[in-house]
Amino acid sequence: MKYETIIGLEIHAQLLTRTKLFCRCSTEFGRTPNTLTCPVCLGLPGSLPVINREAVRMAIKLALALEARINFKSIFSRKNYFYPDLPKGYQITQYHLPVAENGRLLIDVNGSRKAIGIERINLEEDAGKSLHEGFPDSAEKTYLDFNRCGVPLLEIVGRPDLRSPEEAVEFVQNLRTILQYLEICDGNMEEGSLRCDANLSVRPAGSTEFGTKTEVKNLNSFRFLARALEYEASRQVEALERGEKIIQETRGWDASANRTVPQRSKEEAHDYRYFPEPDLPPLIISEDWVREVSAGLPELPQAKIDRFIRDYQLPVYDARILTGSRALADYFEKVAGLSGSPKQASNWIMREVLQYLKEKNLSPENFPLPAESLAELIKMVENQEITITMAKEKVFPEMVRRSLEEPKSAEVPVPTLELKVAACDPRVITEELGLKKIGDEQALQNIIEEVLEKNPGPVKQYLEGKVQVLGFLLGQVMKASKGQADPQRVQPLLRQALDKLAKK
Amino acid sequence: MKYIELGLREAVDLVRNGQVKATEIVESYLSHIEAVDPEIKAYLTLAAERALSRAREIDARKDKGRLAGAVVAIKDNIVTRGLRTTCGSRILQNFVPPYDATVVERLEAEDAIIIGKTNMDEFAMGSSTENSAFFPTRNPWDLERVPGGSSGGSAAAVAGLEAMAALGSDTGGSVRQPAAFCGIVGLKPTYGRVSRYGLVAFASSLDQIGPLARSVEDCALITSVIAGFDRRDSTCADRPVPDYLDGLDNFQEKVRVGFLGENSLKGINPEVAASYLRVGELVAGLGFEVVRMDFPSWEVALPCYYIIAPSEASSNLARYDGVRYGLRAEAVELADMYVRTRTQGFGSEVKRRILLGTFALSSGYYDAYYARAARARQAITAELQVAFRRVDFILTPTTPEPAFKLGEKQDPIAMYLQDYFTVAASLAGVPGISIPCGLARDGLPLGLQVLSEPFAENRLFKFAFLLENNIKFKNNMYGINTRGRRKNEN
Repeated sequence: MKYETIIGLEIHAQLLTRTKLFCRCSTEFGRTPNTLTCPVCLGLPGSLPVINREAVRMAIKLALALEARINFKSIFSRKNYFYPDLPKGYQITQYHLPVAENGRLLIDVNGSRKAIGIERINLEEDAGKSLHEGFPDSAEKTYLDFNRCGVPLLEIVGRPDLRSPEEAVEFVQNLRTILQYLEICDGNMEEGSLRCDANLSVRPAGSTEFGTKTEVKNLNSFRFLARALEYEASRQVEALERGEKIIQETRGWDASANRTVPQRSKEEAHDYRYFPEPDLPPLIISEDWVREVSAGLPELPQAKIDRFIRDYQLPVYDARILTGSRALADYFEKVAGLSGSPKQASNWIMREVLQYLKEKNLSPENFPLPAESLAELIKMVENQEITITMAKEKVFPEMVRRSLEEPKSAEVPVPTLELKVAACDPRVITEELGLKKIGDEQALQNIIEEVLEKNPGPVKQYLEGKVQVLGFLLGQVMKASKGQADPQRVQPLLRQALDKLAKK
Repeated sequence: MKYIELGLREAVDLVRNGQVKATEIVESYLSHIEAVDPEIKAYLTLAAERALSRAREIDARKDKGRLAGAVVAIKDNIVTRGLRTTCGSRILQNFVPPYDATVVERLEAEDAIIIGKTNMDEFAMGSSTENSAFFPTRNPWDLERVPGGSSGGSAAAVAGLEAMAALGSDTGGSVRQPAAFCGIVGLKPTYGRVSRYGLVAFASSLDQIGPLARSVEDCALITSVIAGFDRRDSTCADRPVPDYLDGLDNFQEKVRVGFLGENSLKGINPEVAASYLRVGELVAGLGFEVVRMDFPSWEVALPCYYIIAPSEASSNLARYDGVRYGLRAEAVELADMYVRTRTQGFGSEVKRRILLGTFALSSGYYDAYYARAARARQAITAELQVAFRRVDFILTPTTPEPAFKLGEKQDPIAMYLQDYFTVAASLAGVPGISIPCGLARDGLPLGLQVLSEPFAENRLFKFAFLLENNIKFKNNMYGINTRGRRKNEN
């Protein structure tokens, strides 16, 4: 029997506010445990929460980006459960009336776009961290770090509209890009700033009823997400094939064993006893505020993709890659504009730039070479001042190297853009490395004659009608010119020279 | 001159004028406390050294605050930096807060001197202070009787001349009822009038800090200092605070006064009813129009309160889990540690309310209990709003009976009935003040509750001041502690 997989995702995105959701403690990552705390985030008796306006603004941004309906009045609720890293014994979240509802996120499925429903967006606080490992007495003790406690999160609850693990990955990738475009979450799954839980069920293809779902937790990378969902889908199909029933339960992804394992059953599920948080009045968002946030919204990935395809005549694939981050897209547009060759700009960025970033494990905003410089190099290639090979193999790496150097002038401690552009000027580098293209016809002919003299055998073969050796001779000419010759121009000159010999 | 008999306002004036030293006042309080507190047992923690050094510091300073030399006791659910704050509970027996409540900051900024932390029903749950995990407090009027609760320690300290005034907290009547039982004045301000930052939460949507003092004037002065916006409490109102002493003795308005009809007085103690009716005559005699009113929704006010308050409490008290501070019972497993800590740390009334609240919020019961109670609360609020369109003030007895004996009320429901007249104002968030309005035949004080519209404390104080002067209860007050002691000595 053929089965269909149904997936709904719940994403937790840690917001990039400077301070926590309900107090003024810093949200900095990686500081000494328990140094970023106060009576409020520690839940000390008598302390009270005060909402962080910046976090609400970020929620509005995401709601707008996901075309969700913003609730002008929303309420906070308490989710009650006991856990050592939850100092109040409840998490302040939203339940009865979230900050936004009914949005959608577009994903690409086999070249066409599919809208995935967003049920709700909740503002909530993060818990602390239980440290079960890494201490000499970890066998007996668990340590607690409350630095993360109270850091703002947006919980994005997706509808069960996804039909495969690939779609799920695409959903998370697109959502992550949007969060990054909005500059509200860094999207780092390994550090936990973007977390993902999935609800998954399977049903016979063509059926309209949902099967029993399981919840899979701890999917903290795209790889784990894909693997866990594939595993869970086939586990459920195999169980059904064996005539077993799916048990509604929470399962965790065990990365070392490559499988999902049961965590708690439906019977063991918590009763969170949600009720309106009496320490916080309803959250009121004015229409004016929404308008103001809306006006400041950046162009979102989907719109950028469409525009890149339309305005720069890029293939869909290129447009998607180049819009993968705002910094990369901005870089591309700058290079495209300055060089006047969007297609070349795209090629350079898609290959050389991305390869460099990958090798150095850098994000696009940290690419050192100014767009001005790359654009200049592209122009040189277009004007046939240098061969594409030399540009890629010699000049580009040297430009990048020089762009990383400290400025020579001691008077300017911080390199200005002008200085940097001057430091990695491709013309200077080409000149210095002696890579300037040999455009002079006489010079080319001299090289050709030299090569023909040195290779009497192949010349003879050619003259006897074995025209294939032309390629060999061309290669020799290129070699002799140290790559500075343009093969397109060399070829006719070479033929001419050979023809001259034939006539003799 | 016996400093302990001075009213707060008089004492502050003397200290500010330099006629009396704050140190002398504090010393006389400390020696009086030493004499009477072993019997009254109003204090859980005495801050003698802290108070004396504060007093010396104030004496040495030329500029003195509005409360210079005021000796104030603080209920032990209001956090004080470096001064143990127990909430009357074993679970917080050794808890020393690292920060001050907003009200404490404000009192000290005006040079009030904190003399100690007062006993209370555990986590403010109770009406007799018998639910304190440590010991019960006794009523200075009769040591065999309770001082009321939950702010019983604060009320007894003020009535027993162990403090000029005190702060208490009122969730369903916890300032007003002990004030009535101890023959003093106690105010529950409008919800949001006083910052709750640093008040250990019992039921967040109901809790308000309020002053207990020997006169309306002293209450008004303290309220002037502690009230007002605090950005650390999101439920605190951003409204200006008038000087409540300004024109306090000048009430010229021709107001209409709501007075309970006979239906509403059924089943209450006849002496309470008689005293209440005398107040009605007095008010009419002063030329005010008395309007008979009944409040049908008050029938559900108690059940409504006993759903909402425990629900919130069940969540507010979840943080006492033994993990970070307070009592921790030893256990191998985490769940065991939770169970043992909370079993040992909480008293039976607290456990009862946690269970009640947990049940009321449980999935499948939420709509029948919490949601329904929330609707009832709206109805009670609406009824009072409508009433305040007809009248300016509503008068009720503060309690259905005078102070009862220790151990007399074993049935929790009987204890809950203490809140009969006070919970409606709590649920509706309106202010209420209790002033002494007479003595029962056996010499126990009786309280009159005056309610007003939200944020009308200014008028409420003026009207209460007028009633206080006409009732002339004030004159009976001093020496009450000696009467108590004599009785005990016999």
